[in-house]
Amino acid sequence: MSDLVKNIFRLAIFILVQVYVLHKIPSLHRFIIPYLYFLFILWLPFSITRIGLLLIAFVTGLTLDYFTTTPGLHAAACVLIAYARPFIINLLIPKDTGEFNYREPSPRAMGWAPYSVYVFVLTLMHHTYLTFLEWMQIGTFLGFLIKVAGTTGVSMLLIFTVELLFPRKIKFRTNTA
Amino acid sequence: MRNIFLFIRRFFTLIVFIVLQVFALWMLFKFNRLHQATFLGVANEVTGTINTQIDKLDDYFHQGEENRRLHKMNDSLMNLLQSNFDFPDTTERLATDTVRVDSSMGIRRYLWRPAKVVYNTITSEKNFMQINRGSRGGIRDDMAVLSSDWAVVGQVVNVSPNFSSVMTLLHVQSSVSASLKRTGDAGTIRWDGKDPRFVLLEGISKSADVKTGDTVLTSRYSYNFPPDKLIGRVANITSDPATGFFILKIRTAVNFGNIQQVHVVENLQREEQLQLQKETERKVDQQKKTTN
Repeated sequence: MSDLVKNIFRLAIFILVQVYVLHKIPSLHRFIIPYLYFLFILWLPFSITRIGLLLIAFVTGLTLDYFTTTPGLHAAACVLIAYARPFIINLLIPKDTGEFNYREPSPRAMGWAPYSVYVFVLTLMHHTYLTFLEWMQIGTFLGFLIKVAGTTGVSMLLIFTVELLFPRKIKFRTNTA
Repeated sequence: MRNIFLFIRRFFTLIVFIVLQVFALWMLFKFNRLHQATFLGVANEVTGTINTQIDKLDDYFHQGEENRRLHKMNDSLMNLLQSNFDFPDTTERLATDTVRVDSSMGIRRYLWRPAKVVYNTITSEKNFMQINRGSRGGIRDDMAVLSSDWAVVGQVVNVSPNFSSVMTLLHVQSSVSASLKRTGDAGTIRWDGKDPRFVLLEGISKSADVKTGDTVLTSRYSYNFPPDKLIGRVANITSDPATGFFILKIRTAVNFGNIQQVHVVENLQREEQLQLQKETERKVDQQKKTTN
């Protein structure tokens, strides 16, 4: 399967799961919505251009927004993490994109520790921005902090569960590819 | 000129980032203020179609509860039927009038339309619901939405040809005028964004005699909601030390978690009422000007 087809399927699955399962789960606590859909952006290939990454992230966020009737909210957060992603990958693994042995970020491609840091930083960034936009009109600062911490924790848990349950069969990049 | 192009080439990613970010925020703030968004009408049609399919499956899990509610409602309507009443007095009897137009009938003020909920959340601070009836089905903005047993659910904020978005009571910007059934004191229903089982009734002065368990109904002065429809019951009374008002916690009559069928109620005289209000305001303003 080509990268394009694979990622279109992935986007559809992530959005459907987010809208019909994770948004509908009776809340664990008052406002902790378990978020997972942005893992799609974290899983995009290394080789993608930065402009492409931004546009894909915007479309991803907007698709979710139209389902949850919050136009622009998730799109803004997604664009932010898409902008930050190349910087963080460069910090963690200082290499050219051509030198990667694997196509996309995964625990196997990056090693568990750098991958965890990569996921954690972007998750925190996404949730902080999202919660900040949501709570600008109402809410207290303490509530804001609790919500960011809570949603980040739940998201990290979900992401690691997904990584362990569905290890991606990633092809080793060869010269012929 | 060349420098400008070089600058754009150099910071192209940053510029794209800022443009997308500004566009997203512009959409968000515009929506928060007006509840209108770019392409929302088209997007509503697409999400609505998918939601309808998923909802068909979801229905099986709530069928029992909805059935019970409907049966109870049917029962209460059955009891109103003419055939249940006897007229023992011979001076009073039932006769069918042959005149078609009955001047004692009155004018229809509220028109009820059924609709089905296709998507609904209760976990966010701004909860919307999508229903499967839109402008083609006669729905317009600001119409009231009541549950299948006539308790208040929310208000229509956006319509597309076949679907519409409803702002439920569980939305921090929602505000519905309400009154206590026993004392008649009027206030406003809002939500603090905390517990989806409770809403707040604000604006009841401390002189009012309120007890827990009091019924809260929709106000008679609302342009959108039909009068005397159930909102909930007082669950907790606290007095606000800063103002002369109570803060009443109301347990909603509707369980927003499993709502399936709703009625959309149109006030047929709404336009006339709004027009009258506008003209009155204008008249008063003119009078002020002439007397000054």
